[in-house]
Amino acid sequence: MAEKKIKTAYDFTWKNMQVGNIVTDAGSAILRRTGDWKSERPVVDKEQCIKCGLCWLYCPDGAMTPLEDGYYEPDLFHCKGCGICAKVCPKKCITMIEEVEE
Amino acid sequence: MSKRVALEASHAVAEAVKMADVDVISAYPITPQTHIPERLAEMVANGDLNASYIPVESEHSALSACLGSAAVGARSFTTTASQGLELMHEVLYVASSMRYPIVMVLCNRTISAPINIWGDHSDVMAVRDTGWISVFCESSQEAFDLTVWAFRVAEDPEVLIPVLVNLDGFTLSHVTESVLLPEQSQVDKFLPPLKYPFALDPDKPTTHGGLGPPDIFTEAKVAQEVALRKSKTMILKGWKEFGDIFGRYYSPVESYKTDGAKTILVTMGSYSDTAKMVIDDRQAKGESVGLVRLRLWRPFPFNEFCQAVKGAETVIVFDRCFSAGMGGPVWSEVRSALYDVEPRPKVVGLVGGLGGRDMREGDFGYVIDRGREIAKNGSDRMMEVVGVRGEMIKA
Repeated sequence: MAEKKIKTAYDFTWKNMQVGNIVTDAGSAILRRTGDWKSERPVVDKEQCIKCGLCWLYCPDGAMTPLEDGYYEPDLFHCKGCGICAKVCPKKCITMIEEVEE
Repeated sequence: MSKRVALEASHAVAEAVKMADVDVISAYPITPQTHIPERLAEMVANGDLNASYIPVESEHSALSACLGSAAVGARSFTTTASQGLELMHEVLYVASSMRYPIVMVLCNRTISAPINIWGDHSDVMAVRDTGWISVFCESSQEAFDLTVWAFRVAEDPEVLIPVLVNLDGFTLSHVTESVLLPEQSQVDKFLPPLKYPFALDPDKPTTHGGLGPPDIFTEAKVAQEVALRKSKTMILKGWKEFGDIFGRYYSPVESYKTDGAKTILVTMGSYSDTAKMVIDDRQAKGESVGLVRLRLWRPFPFNEFCQAVKGAETVIVFDRCFSAGMGGPVWSEVRSALYDVEPRPKVVGLVGGLGGRDMREGDFGYVIDRGREIAKNGSDRMMEVVGVRGEMIKA
């Protein structure tokens, strides 16, 4: 995964906005923290996971990340906590737990 | 050699678009603009103009298609009037905010109801805040010239803002006048090929039209506003270079016999022609009255306007529409522009020429006389409307 250089809106003034607000770097969405407003986050129980990959296929944000050992884990930097992965999991091994401030 | 021909203003616009070697025309016909897309469609069909003519199903689509063609870097043109402009209203904001260099010619017509196909400025005034550069023409020659110029300004890499060129419906759009058509080589010299810097390209992906949440929206809108205001430098440069090549020089405001004038009449568009005849007549009779015509409407030329009316005791603004519940929009803006000027002139407003009603010499004579009277004694009327039948006493 690309290095996450976190660039927030506050790094911009009206002076350095691109003309027409056009984004000239392809794939820049990966740099934006968009997973900070979820109220629940998915937790995978690897004991029961059969590596079917349905969670990865269904995730609308591409946040379910395949690991080298064949399992999947959520990328919480982008995960919005929608719960689709938990819903489609045939083994019900993904649990949505409440996001609390640490 | 340029050649002198008799051309209807609408056809002069079509010639200008053709000589600008436009790539995409996306338009829907509507009275009184019909002759423009009709002639352009003919040119494309006959092979005289190598462009894509998109016969869209509505004005909303007409401008939307231009967004797409502008995004790939194609020189894009559309044209409409009245209800058509209203139908494309939301897309106007998108075009200017995304900084697409589209050119649109409007044949100004009023807005229903009652249904009326004739001219006034209600349509363009309803879109004055959409962020487009906006100019008003008085003659067929000016319609040709400003259409060519509009591409140059819109596409200037330091501008990239769409431009509206306004022609009064019928009283200009359908008037045949003598027009000096330049050589193609002159137009080519003035208007280089479009090099839109962010053209969509699979080899160099870009995102157009991203989200602007509250933490960035203010900066985005301010950047756009600064660009619109700063565009005046390139607007003036464009007119200077246009003059150097074609021999006709334009300015944000046109001063007509204003030297030392105590009273100045402010007009826009083709009715200025009639008003100027009245100025000639009044000056011949020894009256101190001149005329200022606003050519550039957005960005509003504050400095040039204040300079043009400097020394006048009374400024009479003639509007061809009114903002409901408020009055003439040009009048209210001119009053605002002159508020800080010392000594501040009296600024009075009269509305007329609504829905195509003629403004003849006598009517402009009334505008001047009544304007001076209001400046002196104030007005007892809700709104000053030229030639309206029935009293309009203040409530």
